Amino acid sequence: MAGEVVFQGLRKAFGDVLAVRDVSLDVRAGEFLTLLGPSGCGKTTLLRMIAGFESPDAGQVLISGRDVTALPAYERPVNTVFQHYALFPHRTVGGNVAFGLEMQRRGKGEIAERVEKALEMVRLGGLGGRRVSQLSGGQQQRVALARAVVLEPEVLLLDEPMAALDLKLRQEMRVEVKNLQERLGITFVFVTHDQDEALVMSDRIAVMNHGRLEQVDAPETLYDRPRTRFVADFLAVRNLLPATVSSVSSGRAALRTRGGAALEAADDGGYREGAAVWIGVRPERMRLGDQADNNASELNSLSGTLEDEIYLGDRTDWRVQLGEETVTVAEPAASAQPRRRGDAVTVSFPPEAVLRLEDTEPEDR
Amino acid sequence: MSARRAAVLLALPCLLVLAVLFLAPQALMFEASLGRRSAYGGIIHAWSLGSYRRALEPIYLAILARSVVLALATTLLCLVLAYPVAYWLGRQAPVRARSALLVLVILPFWTSFLVRMYAWIFMLRTEGLVNNLLARVGIGPLNLLYNDGAVLLGQVYGELPFMILPLYASLEKLDRSLLEAAADLGAGPARALWRVTLPLSRAGIVAGSLLVFIPSLGAYLAPDLLGGARTMYMGNLIQAQFAVVRDAPFGAALSFLLSLVVLLLLVLFRRPLRESRGA
Repeated sequence: MAGEVVFQGLRKAFGDVLAVRDVSLDVRAGEFLTLLGPSGCGKTTLLRMIAGFESPDAGQVLISGRDVTALPAYERPVNTVFQHYALFPHRTVGGNVAFGLEMQRRGKGEIAERVEKALEMVRLGGLGGRRVSQLSGGQQQRVALARAVVLEPEVLLLDEPMAALDLKLRQEMRVEVKNLQERLGITFVFVTHDQDEALVMSDRIAVMNHGRLEQVDAPETLYDRPRTRFVADFLAVRNLLPATVSSVSSGRAALRTRGGAALEAADDGGYREGAAVWIGVRPERMRLGDQADNNASELNSLSGTLEDEIYLGDRTDWRVQLGEETVTVAEPAASAQPRRRGDAVTVSFPPEAVLRLEDTEPEDR
Repeated sequence: MSARRAAVLLALPCLLVLAVLFLAPQALMFEASLGRRSAYGGIIHAWSLGSYRRALEPIYLAILARSVVLALATTLLCLVLAYPVAYWLGRQAPVRARSALLVLVILPFWTSFLVRMYAWIFMLRTEGLVNNLLARVGIGPLNLLYNDGAVLLGQVYGELPFMILPLYASLEKLDRSLLEAAADLGAGPARALWRVTLPLSRAGIVAGSLLVFIPSLGAYLAPDLLGGARTMYMGNLIQAQFAVVRDAPFGAALSFLLSLVVLLLLVLFRRPLRESRGA
């Protein structure tokens, strides 16, 4: 199907470093798929293999059902928005957008018409005669977008296109790029290390670590149910604890943390009695209480001491010492109590808030 | 101190040197070119345009034209030969090896140009290296020396590093992602070279061409030694006025005219030079 991208067992090494390890993934036609991960995780290398700037050591890339692994970049039906835009400094704004059409040997009239339409689409109508250096960073980014989409590619590749913009502009561009994708209806493969960006824009997110895919899911699924310790950590679960499973019965798993505290988790079918597991609890799922309160209603209630306060405006993050572990509890400003460092508190959370995580950190790091 | 005053102060030593070693001699030469030759080869100071009138006679204009052709041919050949070398040095050679390779480019400067011209004579003469090698495969001996081809060879050989270095500088800093963008937008290697690499290395092309063209215009050693002084170029003509004919005013007028040609060229190329710096 036009716009579908398939990776089959892609592998790429640079010297001794395996940048991409046996990645297989189907990107659906018309989908906004984000490759998310820290720098060096292989996401950009993967993108560059779709574009044709890197050739894989093993595996295939299929675009719209056609094997393009051996095709040079200039013969692939994809276009790229580069991280630092890579606009041609010797050409005007319009000249940049026209470049690809000139390569296709389109007529002068058609080129002028399509360039102006593309510039209007990114709200730069009438600026075609400007020099690239006269534009702001945000405007240059739009030119890069227009230059790529004017060719009506089957797949648009975006390599951290907003990394160089300031926060406010970045937030605006997220919505704008997402709208553009919906309007054009073509496949977008988007690379970023910014989890917020990924959550806002994507239909699906593929989280990468050490050249492997950790998890590929819709943003809501990824946020609610991170499968591995790495994904949970990358999506700000923050409280990650090693524990052992004491017993499993009737939908509940009894756990014991390294510090000896007993916890209960809703059993997702993955707990095995006696096994070592990693668990995660989001800071916003934890509640702070006074030690005097009797939190009998909550199954998981641990005693501790307040250590640090991180004021964030709409909420306050408290670092709480619980025996050997330190956890972070987010308290919304609306329900904040007067508290001080050193206060004795309880931290409570429902069994459903406990996420079971696989530990996929490779041994050979 | 204002930035403007600081700039003037910083440029001052260089401006002084230029004033003493360039402007003053030019003025003296201009003054001499207006004089007349005395019976014993001295200069009689006068305000005469006679030397200039003579310099514009067809026979001398032909020599000027030949020099311009030589300089143009040298520049073009250097450009064609140097571009691939500079491209490889700046974009493909291993980064760690680049400084060593650049030293190789300027290594010939360790030997005087005069000595290197004699080396070419030894290689090109009838019993020279090249003809000996050709004799083994049954060719020759060929007349490789004392013709316009030999002069061009000597010029290209001597000026090549001055073309490679500025081209290297502009190709080395060319952003790789621009070439990737060109490929991404459908440009094959040849069209990417023509539409992106060449325009973006224009600063290097213009700078290298001026660095090669200007000295080639007044070339003296290569025509004298490899050309055997059979054909006259501007450099030899001027040298002869001072050293052989002892007509200093006429030599000065010829020199001054040559300087004017160069100045005219610099004015013509001012725009592309400035534009490519801005890019």
